[in-house]
Amino acid sequence: MNVIFDNIPAYLTGFLMTLKLSLVSGILALICGLFLAAFRVSPLTPLRALATTYVELLRNTPLTIVFFFLVFVAPQFGILAPLGFWTAVIALSAYTAAFVCEAVRSGINSVQFGQAEAARAIGLTFGQSLSLVILPQAVRTVIPPLINVFIALAKNTSVAAGFATVELMASGRRLATANPADTVWVLVGVALFYLAITIPAGILAGVVERKVAFAR
Amino acid sequence: MAQPTSSVATPPGREDVPGEPLVVLSKVNKHFGALHVLRDIDLTVHRGEVVVVIGPSGSGKSTLCRAINRLETIDSGTITIDGAPLPAEGKALARLRADVGMVFQSFNLFAHKTVLQNVTLGPIKAKGMKKADAEAAAMRLLERVGVADQSGKLPAQLSGGQQQRVAIARALAMQPKVMLFDEPTSALDPEMINEVLDVMVSLAREGMTMVVVTHEMGFARKAAHRVVFMDGGQIVEEAGPEEFFTAPRSDRAKDFLSKILTH
Repeated sequence: MNVIFDNIPAYLTGFLMTLKLSLVSGILALICGLFLAAFRVSPLTPLRALATTYVELLRNTPLTIVFFFLVFVAPQFGILAPLGFWTAVIALSAYTAAFVCEAVRSGINSVQFGQAEAARAIGLTFGQSLSLVILPQAVRTVIPPLINVFIALAKNTSVAAGFATVELMASGRRLATANPADTVWVLVGVALFYLAITIPAGILAGVVERKVAFAR
Repeated sequence: MAQPTSSVATPPGREDVPGEPLVVLSKVNKHFGALHVLRDIDLTVHRGEVVVVIGPSGSGKSTLCRAINRLETIDSGTITIDGAPLPAEGKALARLRADVGMVFQSFNLFAHKTVLQNVTLGPIKAKGMKKADAEAAAMRLLERVGVADQSGKLPAQLSGGQQQRVAIARALAMQPKVMLFDEPTSALDPEMINEVLDVMVSLAREGMTMVVVTHEMGFARKAAHRVVFMDGGQIVEEAGPEEFFTAPRSDRAKDFLSKILTH
């Protein structure tokens, strides 16, 4: 167990990188996911088709393959994605956006249809109806599935370890190699640091959920 | 009640005469799958006119009402409002809807906004009105429908009758050319129906152009210029309210009236 306390700096470096990957990818995925969800419920067929195709493609592809594609296949088409932080961010947020989209869409569908009709009937445009009437009411339903998506994202950042990003998992692997007798405790340490991200995320979700509650 | 009736009757107490055509439906057809819900509908609503649409459920009357502001699309035919045909999706349609007030059976007040915010949202966001002006206008409207003291509450804290009156104020806040009512009292407890009908009657007296889908025959007698009877997706009969209720011409209208007026 001492192996954890002896290597706190190494853990922390990895932890901070994992945190940074999670936050940056999470924010990007949230923004892209919101737009994708808006496209998926849009009255314009091409937008709906585009978003549906994107979601089906990305959520049914293993994350590792998404990384492989960015790192090895994309350069052959002249799109150069240098290994490192931003490539990991692009892969993670592109992948997670598909799940965010579906979580948000389920929230949009949970709002009574009459709300959208009333919004349109007073002359609000599609974008206004969505942002002023539907999404504020969808937030409460969306929080629990959305937090699942972000917890999955925090753990999925470990895939970046295989693509030259030294985050928590990669730090753990180096420590395990250096301390072969204590592999189990090294990995327990890794797990604890992941919990340090995911448990507060769950608590935050509960707080937000209560805050946005309103009587129906 | 033996009053002379013409094709557009003026009910007792109403001096105003309907003006030029405002809403014109011509050869409108609509299908829901195999069901032909609107069959060659021709209907003209004049400025200042109150048209009450009645008929058995499934007759297409709600669909007709909703088609006027394109909440339902139509398969063929034309609908024009104030001379302009209904635009397709987009900003033009949003602008048109701002001119057509709509009151729903299930109120559809924005559940996350206060009563006052419900009424000001349209004027501020769709018309670009200043917040203070919109709020002042909204308070006047809430006063008029008798719920000004509830302005800070959320819709769920109001009774059904109060919610529906807020919904009327919300539609009026856009200063519409015409108001559509889709069974506005059908979801209300009996003791709340009159408070909503009173508001509608006073609106009618003030000269608002209204299309009202309803089962409230009392309202039709009191406020309507014309009753349109629909069955099976068709307009079967059109007449002034007295003429329609006392001497319906078609068998289907006679049958319908005998079923609802015998109690």
